[in-house]
Formats: sequence, C-alpha cells, structure tokens
Amino acid sequence: MKCPAAKELIEAYVDGELDATQKSEVRGHLEGCISCAETHWHLVEMRTNFRKEAPYYEAPSHLRDRVSRSLRNEARRNAPRRAIQWKWIGVAASILLAVSTAWNVQMFRSRPAASERIAGEIVSSHVRSLVGDHLLDVPSTDQHTVKPWFNGKIDFSPTVKDLASQGYPLIGGRLEYIAERPVAVLVYQHRKHVINLFTWPQASGSGRKELQRRGYNLIEWTQAGMTNWAVSDLNLADLRDFVSWAAQM
Amino acid sequence: MEQASNLETFERTMMPHFNAAFNLARWLTRNQQDAEDIVQESYLRAYRFFDGFKGGDGKGWLMAVVRNTFLTWASHAKGESQTVAFDEAVHDRGREEASVETRLVGDAAVGSLRDCVQALQTEYREVLVMRELEDMSYREIAEATAIPLGTVMSRLSRARKLLASCVQARAQGAIR
Repeated sequence: MKCPAAKELIEAYVDGELDATQKSEVRGHLEGCISCAETHWHLVEMRTNFRKEAPYYEAPSHLRDRVSRSLRNEARRNAPRRAIQWKWIGVAASILLAVSTAWNVQMFRSRPAASERIAGEIVSSHVRSLVGDHLLDVPSTDQHTVKPWFNGKIDFSPTVKDLASQGYPLIGGRLEYIAERPVAVLVYQHRKHVINLFTWPQASGSGRKELQRRGYNLIEWTQAGMTNWAVSDLNLADLRDFVSWAAQM
Repeated sequence: MEQASNLETFERTMMPHFNAAFNLARWLTRNQQDAEDIVQESYLRAYRFFDGFKGGDGKGWLMAVVRNTFLTWASHAKGESQTVAFDEAVHDRGREEASVETRLVGDAAVGSLRDCVQALQTEYREVLVMRELEDMSYREIAEATAIPLGTVMSRLSRARKLLASCVQARAQGAIR
C-alpha cells in the first residue's frame, strides 16, 4: 500500500472500520513508514487522552425515575384517546371508501398516460437510491468500466458518457426495473446533487418533455431508439444543461 | 393492554441506552439541567414515534431523537445567538483558567481537552462524543446524525484536527 492511500485509511483503521484485508495492508504500511506511524500514534494518543479527560456523564438516578413515570403517564393518557380515535378512523374510512370508489370509476374513464406512471416510478427509484445503499451497483468514474458492467444484465448496451469536463462527473451505474423491464441507470453528480439518468430501448414517444414531481425535476427525451429520463433535485436550468450534454451525439 | 405491552417493548429496547442518551445530551447542551430536560423530552418523543422504529439495537435511532430534540430546543428556546454566546463563555472561562494553570501545568492539561471539546461547534462535538465516548460505528453515527457515511468520516477527521490544534494551543499558552 502506498503512502497517500494509507494516510486516508489510518483514521478508519484506528476506529476499527476496515475489513481484514485493508487492516493488514495498513498495519504492514505502518511498520515501514515513519510519517504514517506518527499520524497513527497521534490518533491513538488522542483517543486515550479523550477517554481519560473528557468525562462520560452518567444519568442521575432521579432522572431515570422521572422519565419512567412520565412514560407511564403518557401510555395511560393515550389508551382512552386511542379508543376514541378508532371510532373516528372508522368514520373516516367509510368516507374514504365512498370517495375512492367514485375516484376509481373516474379513473377507469381516463387511465393515466403510461409516461405519467413511468415518471412516478422513476421518482420513486431516484428517492430510494438516495436513502439506502443502493445508489450504485458499479461505482466507477470510468465509462469503460461502467458500460461493460451492463453486459449480460440487460439486452441492450447503453451509451455511457463521462461528462466530468462539463461539470457532471460520472460516478457509476446501477440496474433498475421501470415499466416492468430492466433498465440501465447512469449516475452523475453535480456539486452535491445526484442525477440519475435512466435509459432503455423504446422509441415510442417523440421529442422532449419536462415534468416536476414531488419537488424533483425530470426531463424525458427519445433519441436513437432509446428512451431517456434524467431526474434530479437540481434546478431545471442545470438539469437542462446536463441533458444538452448527455444528448449530444 | 396493548398500550402496556407496547411500553414494555419500548422500555426493554430504549432504557439500556439511557446513559448514552444523557451523555450525548449533556455534551450537546453543556449543562446538567438542560440535559435532563432534553432526555425527558426525547424519551417521550421516542415513545410517541416508536412505530417508526425499524428494529435493531436502537441506539442510533434513539440518539437521532436526542439530537433532533436538542436542535429543536436550541433553535426555539434560545435562538441562534445562544450558541455563539455560549462558545464565548467557554472561551472566557478557558482564559481565566489559563492564568491559574500557569501555576498548575498538570491540571491545565487535564482541563484543556474537555474545554476544547466543549468549544467545538455542535456538528463536530457530536460526532466526537458518539465515536470516542459512545463507541458508535460510522454507520450508527450516520443513522443518528442523518448524514451520509462519507460525511461522517470527513467530519470526524476535521473534528479531530480542530481538537488537536486547540489542545496544542492551550498547552503552549499554559507553559508560557
């Protein structure tokens, strides 16, 4: 392991956050590198001092009693209120049922356009990708790593561009199911914002559409037999700029 | 009936973290009385929102509640200026102590790290306390602070640098 890489990992090493391989690599490096060993030593020393000098404040026992008491009160107070709430929930539910029946009848007459449904799925996928650990299946800034990764996973080969010099570096890709089919997602970044670019073969629509759903901006366009959707919390002007680069042949 | 069993489950999951909740609140508020109020309020809130708890050890989840309760309290009751005023108070106390510390260099070293942690901004103080005193993993800290893992790492790193330079500055001041 080289020095700059090891330096990056020393804190995680001290914090016990490295896997076995990384741990032994860092340990090996520390044996031979005075500068890194010194950094390591400072961190260990600081931890020791921290635990020695910064007090751990134990909760006083009267507080424990106070909290237990107020929890019990809260539980008791809620019990009857809940009972009343149930009755109202019943009333609310029957109103809701009536309304939703009427709404369903209405819906049968005018089903939402397919693209509207897809927009909903895309926003959901975008939001999900930001909260969990599922932003990237293949984390890589290299288009020649990301593109082949899709081989065998989907039945088409997406166009993968790195737009780093335009201010939108590629950070990776992942696989998603949209409109009941696997689609490729290319993930770009602009400052702190993530842009998900969904792409799959289907040239049904034509031209270009801009939508806003749940506070996110979406731009849909078709090109060379592919349907593309870009979604982000970026402002519309920046997202338009991104799309203009992504769509450039 | 359902209420009682619900309370039982809640206490079984959350009461083991009582000291951790208090310790965090105490470091965040820098004050015993406020910390007690924050913990009380946090436990009530946690109980009300217990349906939102997705299982697991519960520490990260509870710490998130404590932290949010503190932030709400700090912005409502005291206003934004409070943080700055408080920081100045800590700095001033540090300065006063420094003159005493010239006579007692050993004591100076003991007080200075604690004062330096107290003087850090909340965002740095909280990650340090969670990591060094609560032994929480990066993932637990990320859950508690609602920031991404990478940010946890960089914030912790920055916090350690700030702390180290503060301690160093105090040590030099005390010797002079």
